[in-house]
Amino acid sequence: MGRNRSRLIAAAAVVPAVFLAVFFVYPVATVMWRGLGDGGLAPLRDLLDSGRTRDAIWFTLWQAVLSTLLTLAVALPGAAVVARSSARTQRVLRALVTIPFVMPTIVVAGAFTELFTRFGLDDGTIRLRHTVWAILIAHVFFNYAVVVRTVGSFWAGLDARMEDQARVLGAGRIRTFVEVTLPQLRPVISAAAAIVFLFSFTSFGVVLVLGGPRQATIETEIYRYAVVRTDFTSGAALAAIQLIAVLTLVAVATRLERSRPLTVSTSHRATVRRSPVGLAANGTLAATLLALPILVVVERSLTVGNAYGLDNYRALGTRLSMLPASATDAIQNSLVAAVSATLIAAVIGTIAALVVVHGRGALRHVFDLGLTLPLGTSAVTIGFGILIALDEPPLDLRSSWWIVPIVHSLVGIPFVVRTMVPVLRRIDPALHEAAAVLGASPRRVRREIDLPIASRGLLVGASFAFAVSIGEFGATAFIPRRADTLTAPQALFRLLSTPGELVRGQAMALAVVLMGIVALAVFAIESVRGTHEGSL
Amino acid sequence: MTRLTRRLALTLSVLLLASACSDDSNIDAGDQGGEATTSAPETAPEPVTITLITHDSFAIDTSLLDRFAGETGITVELMTAGDTGQMISQSILSAGQPLGDVMYGVDNTFLQRALDAELFEVYEADGLANVGAEFQVDDEFRVTPINFGDVCINYWTDALPGPAPTSLADLLDPINAGQLVVQSPESSSPGLAFLLATIAGTEDWEQFWTDLRANGVSVTPDWESAYYGEFTAGGGDRSLVVSYASSPPAEVMFAAEPIDTAPSGVLLDSCYRQIEFAGVLAGTEHPDAAGQVIEFLLSKEFQDGVPESMFVFPVSDEAELPEIWATHAQVADDPLILDPAEVEANRDEWTDRWVEIVLG
Repeated sequence: MGRNRSRLIAAAAVVPAVFLAVFFVYPVATVMWRGLGDGGLAPLRDLLDSGRTRDAIWFTLWQAVLSTLLTLAVALPGAAVVARSSARTQRVLRALVTIPFVMPTIVVAGAFTELFTRFGLDDGTIRLRHTVWAILIAHVFFNYAVVVRTVGSFWAGLDARMEDQARVLGAGRIRTFVEVTLPQLRPVISAAAAIVFLFSFTSFGVVLVLGGPRQATIETEIYRYAVVRTDFTSGAALAAIQLIAVLTLVAVATRLERSRPLTVSTSHRATVRRSPVGLAANGTLAATLLALPILVVVERSLTVGNAYGLDNYRALGTRLSMLPASATDAIQNSLVAAVSATLIAAVIGTIAALVVVHGRGALRHVFDLGLTLPLGTSAVTIGFGILIALDEPPLDLRSSWWIVPIVHSLVGIPFVVRTMVPVLRRIDPALHEAAAVLGASPRRVRREIDLPIASRGLLVGASFAFAVSIGEFGATAFIPRRADTLTAPQALFRLLSTPGELVRGQAMALAVVLMGIVALAVFAIESVRGTHEGSL
Repeated sequence: MTRLTRRLALTLSVLLLASACSDDSNIDAGDQGGEATTSAPETAPEPVTITLITHDSFAIDTSLLDRFAGETGITVELMTAGDTGQMISQSILSAGQPLGDVMYGVDNTFLQRALDAELFEVYEADGLANVGAEFQVDDEFRVTPINFGDVCINYWTDALPGPAPTSLADLLDPINAGQLVVQSPESSSPGLAFLLATIAGTEDWEQFWTDLRANGVSVTPDWESAYYGEFTAGGGDRSLVVSYASSPPAEVMFAAEPIDTAPSGVLLDSCYRQIEFAGVLAGTEHPDAAGQVIEFLLSKEFQDGVPESMFVFPVSDEAELPEIWATHAQVADDPLILDPAEVEANRDEWTDRWVEIVLG
């Protein structure tokens, strides 16, 4: 079986490899060549000589590190809560925490600004508006779900017997966590941390709107040079800097993630336990942080003049004069694109995860690294790359309907890979052996043991891919699209750039509908795995 | 790799690409094309499809396009390409392999950049007969003016601490201290327009901004954060904002309860004129049909609809303003404006200097 299987995997590896080559490597290389082909590395040196660029690079790095640490600090206890809940509660919690993940940046920024004003944090001694703190808080808000969902679902599948043994042998709660639980969680924590880091590293809207006009990151500088100034050379040089930084960091994270192979089984999962006081306190903090901005948006969507009502929701079906389609049409467009992007990400991501886990030598490293890169690459680089690279038959995909789901899936695939790999790696070899001894055929072992375990990772990853796609705004703006295929976030943005209370109310209603769709979709996707696997 | 795996690999990648390409053509060959051919009169020329590239603020009543297709056999397919800055940079990058046949929406702050990149072919529209000379910026007819929309200081009438300002200098009055919110010209189109307004409209714009800073001006990166975040309209505590001449009529049009007077007004002496142009993209295979689309954009039908769909004003003398606009919109008689070539030559230097003065 071994040789056949590795051949099969090598063959299947071609699919994600071609996908990545055509839709990421080739476009990005083209855009780099276009910008840097003539001057070589000279523009890079010039940029690094400027204080503004150096400040931006430094700021990008430390705010991303800090955002990641803060998110872990706030969200890991949340993951513990999820891990210890019953299967049904887990599904609900996981669906709820995904809501912030898809909220359009501009809506969140508006909600935070309003909260700062209400709590008197916009000015005075404790000022949050237009500070790095505003950026950090928003990054925790957006990325909370990444940690809770990936770590939480993995945690739930850990063999609780080891913890129990440690406790029986007299270890305290904290010591048990640090010495028994944490080492087992380390790979999945570093996987989640890598994703949070990359998101914070390339975050655009949050930095721009909440950080105020003084904060600049590599991402906002790429935009400023390439789009505002059409200085493609400096833009490409900055994109190169971003790529090098991301490559280095992902390589380190991948190494960490591989470091400790421990096993997980399906048979014994953590039992429901009472949460200690610390967890409760953290839960309150997290709930406040996540819920307040959402509540602000919900309140705004229900406000009609001086009263509350559902008028804004009813109005969603009528096309306003400044939109090429009604808001409900836009929601439909978004749904179709998101389902397509999710399917692409699930197929390509599953194959890639198998290659990373079972493939040989260099191949797996290249895959692991390569498929994570799009997450840390500027929307400008990807968008412009596709624009100038895929412009000739047979690959004139610039104006194809498929290009939007494909670009969305580029960001979704790393989620599928990153959530599946730790899970696949920890399928207990003892389970295989036991099954084989008991007379199960290899096929039956795969179907009844590997598949249910792997599907846990896949579904978590796939629901992220869906959420990424339905909330995405950045990269799609750099790709020309047919006007009537406008997505819900685009419609929302368009509504928000028009004065008038009605339009604004409708924009908020659209945002709430978008959040509801994501919560329901994530709940539905994760319910697919049915009851026979329990909380896995 | 073995032969088998190589063959498998090839099949898989071909399948992937084929599915990407074929499904695309299915979707593209959708409804509009069929309708155009059936409803076109027999005398109409060969049916063609013209792709009109626009920024994402473009909107149109699609029945106008259907009628145009019926009369001319030209199906217009709309493509949006982000905001104006994104659309221009995309078009410069793809020059030679244009994304479409006609581009709509380049304005006079970006015009020179597009002209320098030689994006357009010459087309002298018949419809220009109805357009005032002040809008016809390009005397070589590479672009045709379609609409204008002024960027002006807006005030929320009830929230003003003193009398409504009537000049740029009034913004420096201590009574208006802490009242004004503007957008950064580095990241916002109205922000840039207002910087240009101060360059065109004051003796010493650097001193003006130094004084404005001393008087407590607030800077946001984008229009939304200014208008909805800090201006009275969104519950903020500032009564003066950089917005558009069309914002007061939009407030009436989209008021939660019907109102008779606009809650906001416009400082006419602060208005910077933004004219939007359309042009035939160099490299089009259908220059004649593309020209007809330009004529369509200047036609009375299209021009009449411009205010309510895009919140800008028509350039054509023939166009009639909708009632709300006729009542509530004010247009500056003598707006501030700079030559596009001057803007392009100095823009980076001006914005860098602005950053030093206002944010430094």
